[in-house]
Amino acid sequence: MRMTWIIGTVLLLAVVAVIIFIDLPTLFYPDLPFVGFFRHCLYILLLSGVFCLARIIRGPTAADRVVAIDILGILIVGICSLLGIPTGRSWYIDIGIAWALQSFIGALALAKYLEGKEFDE
Amino acid sequence: MNSVIGMVFIAIGLFFDLFGCIGLLRLPDVYNRLQAATKCVTFGTCSILFGTFVMLGFSAAGIKALFCIIFLVLTAPVSAHAISRAAHRSGIKLWKGSVVDEYEEDSDQV
Repeated sequence: MRMTWIIGTVLLLAVVAVIIFIDLPTLFYPDLPFVGFFRHCLYILLLSGVFCLARIIRGPTAADRVVAIDILGILIVGICSLLGIPTGRSWYIDIGIAWALQSFIGALALAKYLEGKEFDE
Repeated sequence: MNSVIGMVFIAIGLFFDLFGCIGLLRLPDVYNRLQAATKCVTFGTCSILFGTFVMLGFSAAGIKALFCIIFLVLTAPVSAHAISRAAHRSGIKLWKGSVVDEYEEDSDQV
């Protein structure tokens, strides 16, 4: 039990250190200001999204999956906001606002479905 | 100077997001996971958006980032509360180490 804790902590610290200290290959426009910092930020948000996907796969009940989908929607708003700064394209933040609205309505509908009611009650 | 302050806000928000998702992966129960993940990830994303506003200034994109902060703060707790209420009503048990369940006592009285 304690060994799994230690192994998991060491693996997590190793992955975060690799993301922070080593230049991974770029995913978007390579010759814009601050692009190195935003590349590290984007990789950390992608790691968080991978954790949410692992909870969606492993989750024992349906409520776990609904919670993970809600959290993933909020993370994607952050990803859109981060993509908007170094590329200079401000419509990424519009996509973020629309995604937040869609994620909110989707979470409410999934909660209604989980509670066992009809949609028009 | 503005870009340095914005980067500090973005870094704070990133680590709140990362720790919230670790809590989502690690904790033993639906309610504990919701408790850990929702508040941390909402605050982290609001901090990232505020860093965006500081870096971009009072342009169109910065004002849209401020509106996105207001919208997230209004809607994320509502959806989390609806999900936890639905999970409790659909009969998911609490973790065996939990000490109190006030919602169950109140619904017994009524």
